[in-house]
Amino acid sequence: MRRVFGLDIAVSLLFYAVIVGSVYLLFAGHNQPGGGFVGGLVAGGAVALRYVAGGIDEVRRISPVKPWTILGTGVLIAAGVAAVPMLFGDPVLDNAYVELDLPVLGEVAVASGTLFDIGVYLVVVGVLLMIVEAFGERFQPVDEDSEVGP
Amino acid sequence: MAALLLAHAVLGTAVLASGGRLGRRALLVGGLAPLATLVWVAARLPGVLDGEVVDESFSWVPDLGLVVDLRLDGFAALMTVLVAGIGVLVFAYGLSYFRTAEEGLGRLVGLLTLFAGSMLALVWADNLLVLYTAWELTSITSYFLIGNTYVEGRARAAALQALLITSFGALAMLGGFVLLGQQAGTFELSALLADPPRGHLVDAALVLVLLGACTKSAQYPFHSWLPGAMVAPTPVSAYLHSATMVKAGVYLVARFTPAFVDVGFWRPAVVTVGLLTMVAGGLRALRQTDLKLLLAYSTVSQLGFMFVMFGMGTDDAVVAGCALVLAHAVFKASLFMDVGIVDHQLGTREISLLPRLRPEWRPFLVVMAVGAAAMAGIPFTLGFVAKEEDFAALADLSPFGGAAVVALVVAGSMLTFAYSARLVWGLTGLPHRHGADEVDPGRQPRGSFLGPPALLAGLLVLFGVVPWLLDGFLTTAAEALDATVHAVHLAVWHGFDNAFWLSVATYAGGVLLFLLRRPVARLLAVGRHLPSGAGGYLAALRALLAVSDRVTGVVQSGSLPVYAGVILLTAVGLPALALLADGVTVDLPAVVGDRAEVVIAAVLLGSAIGASAVRRRFAAAILLGSVGYGMAALFVLRDAPDLALTQAAIETLSLVLFVLVLRRLPDRFERASGALGRGLRVAISACVGLVVFVLALVAAGERLTPPVSDEMVAMAYPEGHGRNVVNVILVDFRGFDTLGEITVLAAAAIGAVALARAGRRPGEPAHDPIDEAPERATASTAALRSDTEGSR
Repeated sequence: MRRVFGLDIAVSLLFYAVIVGSVYLLFAGHNQPGGGFVGGLVAGGAVALRYVAGGIDEVRRISPVKPWTILGTGVLIAAGVAAVPMLFGDPVLDNAYVELDLPVLGEVAVASGTLFDIGVYLVVVGVLLMIVEAFGERFQPVDEDSEVGP
Repeated sequence: MAALLLAHAVLGTAVLASGGRLGRRALLVGGLAPLATLVWVAARLPGVLDGEVVDESFSWVPDLGLVVDLRLDGFAALMTVLVAGIGVLVFAYGLSYFRTAEEGLGRLVGLLTLFAGSMLALVWADNLLVLYTAWELTSITSYFLIGNTYVEGRARAAALQALLITSFGALAMLGGFVLLGQQAGTFELSALLADPPRGHLVDAALVLVLLGACTKSAQYPFHSWLPGAMVAPTPVSAYLHSATMVKAGVYLVARFTPAFVDVGFWRPAVVTVGLLTMVAGGLRALRQTDLKLLLAYSTVSQLGFMFVMFGMGTDDAVVAGCALVLAHAVFKASLFMDVGIVDHQLGTREISLLPRLRPEWRPFLVVMAVGAAAMAGIPFTLGFVAKEEDFAALADLSPFGGAAVVALVVAGSMLTFAYSARLVWGLTGLPHRHGADEVDPGRQPRGSFLGPPALLAGLLVLFGVVPWLLDGFLTTAAEALDATVHAVHLAVWHGFDNAFWLSVATYAGGVLLFLLRRPVARLLAVGRHLPSGAGGYLAALRALLAVSDRVTGVVQSGSLPVYAGVILLTAVGLPALALLADGVTVDLPAVVGDRAEVVIAAVLLGSAIGASAVRRRFAAAILLGSVGYGMAALFVLRDAPDLALTQAAIETLSLVLFVLVLRRLPDRFERASGALGRGLRVAISACVGLVVFVLALVAAGERLTPPVSDEMVAMAYPEGHGRNVVNVILVDFRGFDTLGEITVLAAAAIGAVALARAGRRPGEPAHDPIDEAPERATASTAALRSDTEGSR
């Protein structure tokens, strides 16, 4: 197995940076450009980086749980946020929020919409991981003869 | 009442969930529910006999006006006693039938409890939609019960047949119910029957309802599922196919007839179907050599008899029908249990294979003979009392067809007598006069096994000797159906009236049929060549499959260009028609907003044209990506950072995904299609482009109301507590849409993984991400390899 040393380092540095960026987009989304969907896509980009560097094994190493677990957790969170207001007799997805006065960040409004967005984020990441799982191959040295095709 | 239904649901589900852990104790747990119902109805009975009606009502879906109305009147009380009483006995009988705690017993018992609850809901329902729901619940639970031994293809096929036929009828019935409810303005059953609507739509509704009743109660030509359902364990058959489920159709006819008997076709239709079923079922029963099948066809025949009685709709016939329902449930449940005992102890139900029974079996023979005697209508059994009532009701007043109905009913009764005799004759082992194998000793049923059928047989005799004990019960039942009926006076001896002579004729004919069984059997063998219900069912199923095959073949051609072409043409065709109809006036907007847009537009156009012209797939994917990035740039210029961000991220990922998939495809596009095909594609593409362009311009100029986005922008912070309007729309204002979208996304991802897995060749275990133990997989592959190498 031949791997490009420089690429490996670059990817491992970039990967976490991009993930942090995606999480920023997720939480910033409520007041600035961003949101769960974009955040999830950017995280998917980070996954793609890992895939390019090391094939499917490298992607599997990202997360201790299976892609479908992430996907299901996301759907559950989103559906849960949607359903909880009904328990209090409010309409589905009624927005609730708490204003917190945090030491560093100052006054922050935490809305249930953010929680919903986390669900969306997880679903998007789960979907992308699953697609890589479905169509990705193990990392193999490029060998034209072994390419799939009739 | 709702509490009792809930008890059935909870106990049933609990037993179901326990799996096999409870063993045979599951029967005790499940049996609590019908036992409680029996106690409850016994406590309520004095009140009900005085004409009291127990009502309960719950709001179900208030927005749709759905209300769960439960109602216990006299007739419902009769059905409740049967459902709960025989239910308790079936559970007790099961304790002996399932001696060893077999696998799946928990499932069977749980389902049986759920079924009992559904059946109770059916007879208590005072709302057409609740009744329909309960009706379907009995279908579904019985589907699982019939298919209990699901490893056998036969059981699965029989279960499916029962489900398809009964739910076909039930759907028709639902249509009928909706029509009836609309016409009457209420879905409340008692209110609807008290003031029945009339009209052509009501006629249509009644035909549909009748269809449902006929399929459920196994009337010709829909009877074939009932004999098939005999693959179920005998306790299930004794419960479902004698006393409860198949009575649902009869129940419905009994309820509806008094209200709709003067609708022209109702009486002739019900009585004709009933007569046909009664006689044909009887002939079939006489031909059977399997005792359980004999009972199954006899049930079909008796259900036809009930249809005749309730279909007549005269006061006497209603009373007689109630007596018949009661008598039939008791003797048929008892007989089914008897056959189950034989099957269980001796391992066969075939008349020709049954050995002569030893003297120890005498108690069993007595019980069985009482049941058969009641079925045949021999004096001093409840069966006789009921049959006398029926004959009297028919002979004294035959408003439709007159003599023909009486003659056919008597013929059916002769057959009943003959197959009852055949049952006894077959069970006693008399067919083997010479040197038949003796039963090995110790196989006679225990007292506890024989207890439930013996109890039922005791009741048959008790009410056969002192039938007036039932007067009040049956009178209330009949009055609940038709308020005008007179009080019932059951008696053993009516004098030498018409009914008496009809009974005499029945016995004479029945004895004759039994004595001449060899020539009769030869005659009946002809029936094998007649079209049967089962054959009809299979033919209908095959025709349906063939049609759906053909339709699928046409609709799902499997060609991607065809799909895409059809979708695109539809998508642009309809708006184009609308545009042409309205006359198009296009106001061209200011072409250039920003100089940079010209550059971007040039890149966009160039990439798009390039993408459709290049021959390498990979190049096409990259050019498409460049179109997407161009769009993102346009969004930036138009001050839509959210959109731009998303667009850019999507394009990046799409490229990666394209690369993943493209590796599995040939390098270049195939250009196999001829000039015509290519021309067509270009034409469709041009159409799509033109229509979308015009549509966008027209839509932008045709605004009638202020855009909703203004309000959303205004509401974003006060309502959604977010300054990013796009995000607040996604997670709050249109959050329900987002929830739906991510669910679809999740489903699509699961589908994609499944598809990719399905396309994978076996022998690629290394790619399987689920294998939790890679060492083992590797080891087994290594073992496999060494095996193949060793054999070389």
